[in-house]
Amino acid sequence: MPMLAPTVVVLACAALLLVLAIAAVWIGRTRAGTTIIYGASLVIALTAFLAGMAQLLRGGVPADDIMLPLGLPWIGVRFRMDALSAFFVVVVDLGAATASLFAIGYGSHERARLRVLPFYPAFLAGMNLVVLADDAFSFLVAWEFMSLSSWALVVAHHRVPDNVRAGYVYLIMASLGTLALLLTFGVLAGPHGGYAFAEIRAAHPSPALSALVLCLAVVGTGSKAGLVPLHVWLPLAHPAAPSHVSALMSGVMTKVAVYGFVRIVFDLLGEPAWWWSMLVLMLAGMTCVMGVLYALMQHDLKRLLAYHTVENIGIIFIALGLGLAFKAYGMAWAAALALTAGLLHVFNHSLFKSLLFFGAGAVLTATGERDMEHLGGLIHRMPHTAFAFLIGCAAISALPPLNGFVSEWLVFQAILLSPQLPSWGLKFLVPAVGALLAFSATLAAACFVKAFGITFLGRARSSAASAARETDRFSLAAMFSFAALCLIAGILPGLFIDALAPVVQVLAGGRMPVQTGVEWLSIVPIAQSRSSYNGLLVFLFMVISGALAASAIHRLASDKLRRAPAWDCGYPDACPATQYTASSFAQPIRRVFGSVVFRAREQVEMAPPGDPRPARMTVVMHDPVWETLYLPVAAGVGYAAERLNHLQSLTIRQFLSIVFAALVVLLLVLALWP
Amino acid sequence: VIADFLVQGAQMLIVLLTAPMLTGLVRKIKARMLRRAGPPVIQPYRDLVRLMRKEVVLADTASWLFRVIPYFIFAATWVASSLVPTFRTGLLFSWSADLIAIIALLGSARFALALAGLDVGTSFGGIGSSREVMIASLAEPAMIMIVFTLALVAGSTQLSTMAGFMESSAVGLRVSLGLALIALVMVAIAENARIPVDNPATHLELTMVHEAMVLEYSGRHLALIELSASLKLLLYLSLIACVFAPWGLAGPSAGLGALAVGALAYLGKLATGGFLLALFETSIAKMRVFRVPEFLGAALMLGLLATLLLFVSRSL
Repeated sequence: MPMLAPTVVVLACAALLLVLAIAAVWIGRTRAGTTIIYGASLVIALTAFLAGMAQLLRGGVPADDIMLPLGLPWIGVRFRMDALSAFFVVVVDLGAATASLFAIGYGSHERARLRVLPFYPAFLAGMNLVVLADDAFSFLVAWEFMSLSSWALVVAHHRVPDNVRAGYVYLIMASLGTLALLLTFGVLAGPHGGYAFAEIRAAHPSPALSALVLCLAVVGTGSKAGLVPLHVWLPLAHPAAPSHVSALMSGVMTKVAVYGFVRIVFDLLGEPAWWWSMLVLMLAGMTCVMGVLYALMQHDLKRLLAYHTVENIGIIFIALGLGLAFKAYGMAWAAALALTAGLLHVFNHSLFKSLLFFGAGAVLTATGERDMEHLGGLIHRMPHTAFAFLIGCAAISALPPLNGFVSEWLVFQAILLSPQLPSWGLKFLVPAVGALLAFSATLAAACFVKAFGITFLGRARSSAASAARETDRFSLAAMFSFAALCLIAGILPGLFIDALAPVVQVLAGGRMPVQTGVEWLSIVPIAQSRSSYNGLLVFLFMVISGALAASAIHRLASDKLRRAPAWDCGYPDACPATQYTASSFAQPIRRVFGSVVFRAREQVEMAPPGDPRPARMTVVMHDPVWETLYLPVAAGVGYAAERLNHLQSLTIRQFLSIVFAALVVLLLVLALWP
Repeated sequence: VIADFLVQGAQMLIVLLTAPMLTGLVRKIKARMLRRAGPPVIQPYRDLVRLMRKEVVLADTASWLFRVIPYFIFAATWVASSLVPTFRTGLLFSWSADLIAIIALLGSARFALALAGLDVGTSFGGIGSSREVMIASLAEPAMIMIVFTLALVAGSTQLSTMAGFMESSAVGLRVSLGLALIALVMVAIAENARIPVDNPATHLELTMVHEAMVLEYSGRHLALIELSASLKLLLYLSLIACVFAPWGLAGPSAGLGALAVGALAYLGKLATGGFLLALFETSIAKMRVFRVPEFLGAALMLGLLATLLLFVSRSL
């Protein structure tokens, strides 16, 4: 008997999730509803993950097409899982399985259960279907399904005014994105309406049309992924959802958007032109730095994480942009390196960003606080959560020997290949992008020193924080499995790079050298003499030398220890308010960079001597993107609406004459049309 | 292989044992330039031994992280500094981390130290951490730009290959390398908390950065952090020496004689570097904290300029 095809398995999983979503309306009312729904989601997502894994490790053999007689009668619905889809199925379902595991514990604190439970499996199904879709119609339907189900989850707690606003902005931006994608596929399908991906691939659009498709695809997928300046909804919507959904939206849904971009630009659109990469690289570089600077200015833990997703999307798009540049000049091996770096970062980011959102969720359940200014000292109260969160922070800050470093290192190696590009524009742009990348990497470290240091270290800043309790076992299991994966992917990156080879082979027409054969499990992007990195050895060296130093000092010198009040230059203050806060920690960076980017101004208001009023300091910051791009558009729409408002109260004669005039104009246009 | 292993071990021991000497030497020379007698050169060793024997006084609010971090910082810095060629290139494990990874290892150490500054929950720790990350946010990109420059010149991010290339006649005089050297010196000064960016001898709260972060450390923990700081200074001097002054560096297949020459040359380079550092430090005043971004911004721009020149022409 032949094995069940992985595509069928994943598709069946998606269908089961949809059934589960409907069943959740009734099951959710029962007492064990939360456990049943999330447990079932966990099992289904795990099955889909294994199927995707099997497909990816088989080397992404030409997968079987599945056509279902659904949807528009003359189109049908096609599904197919090639290597690229298989990789993203792995990313989506690994994230989904772990988020479900986390939610078994976390979801039991949910008050508005029926606003979450039915939409959660639907959201998972939507993401799976986007990745599997093999024609424009099913892609768009699944995409919109994913957007709407996640929107429902964003507004689950609709009594909070901020969440309603987040839902509103998200809905508008999601519509804009879908509109752009609709037009993308419309142009791609051409006048004959060949909507299947195979037909689109076979067609060769003219350069002008390709350029149009690229721009539309950047808007369509970039708005979902969070490319600056289309990111505005993301830091509002991601934190508003329940934490396991935030983890999925930030860690996984943005990756589905990256999938959309890769699918359209690398696969469907054919040979790239050289300037495409310029556009992508410029946007990506700006995204990187803006994302992390925004993140540094936040003191809401979940919003900080959401802004930081924007930065990582920038890193991924830098790698994709480099891949486009190399591919345009036929340097397949270099394109393979850049694409591998980008896809590896997709995987890595899905790990640590989900992990961090889980941690933020655990803190939220334990204290009821998202505001870091009211947290602190949680490492004493929640040691396990703190440890897992610390691993996530170190991984996302690209510190060796964890996984974030590997993918950023590969991006740097790809940047170092770019002097061989013949185009002058790229020659000047790429080093600047490299500087922006290095800059954002260090700012990321600063950002996560702040996130971890203010939340978990120091002394508790509120009674809620000082009474926090460690979170439940399910949540901890979810966090620790991702923390372990962060370490494994960091010390054995060769395995992951090799698994990506079939994906990259299709997209770039080349692959990186086989890594598993390299001695000592190092990774070698091009050649040993050029560059190599061995996370395993670095990790072992650090463990050995640290342990050696500890045992030598404890045995030979002294191991005595005494607890005493903090020294603090002789003036320790018992009040926790004297500690550094999130905003005071960010103050030097705000002064150096924020005064330029955000026009940050500090106003100090001191009461005159003798006046018992407290002194006040206010920081005024402006969001450059929101104020220069969105507010004018919103104002324009408002202005037009106000002007057109008069049309409501016209007399019937005036209406008729307007209709008549419109008819005449339209007929004239038709008559004059060449 | 065994010989290679021994050489790698020797390198690890040499950096560990000479690092406090270098710190002592710089202090001595500075003192002599100020017409003071100054402590003997071996004073840092005595300090370390004394500190290690003392008991640790730990703040009540300190967590386990606070106790682990000194060992972590030491491990990261030691591993990083034993991967930079000192007296011989082609070390056994040199390929396990290239220059970018070495920089990132130091970044890991800094990340940990900044966390330690926040752990006890005092305002001094916070001030140190927040300034440290602000300085790092410019110093590290500048360093990466320098790495780009060197990697583009030598065609490799591997330090052994770089040193080999710089020793060969293919280098010649290049504008980009000059710019990179200036930038590297500026970054090294900032990274090692030297004047004019930070003052290792001060305890004046308005100016201190590194010292503020480690204020709560005592005993063996403090000893490890001091030792790591010395190691880091040594690392940067070795880095500058190995890339910009690779003379005397023994090759991968060198015999005992060449190794001895390499070791002597290395000690000579260290002494020269220490002297120049002391000279520079005595002839300049410390900057205000918010002047530091301008200083490091200049380093970043120099690094970027050097990289751009190489993108324009490989021979610049």
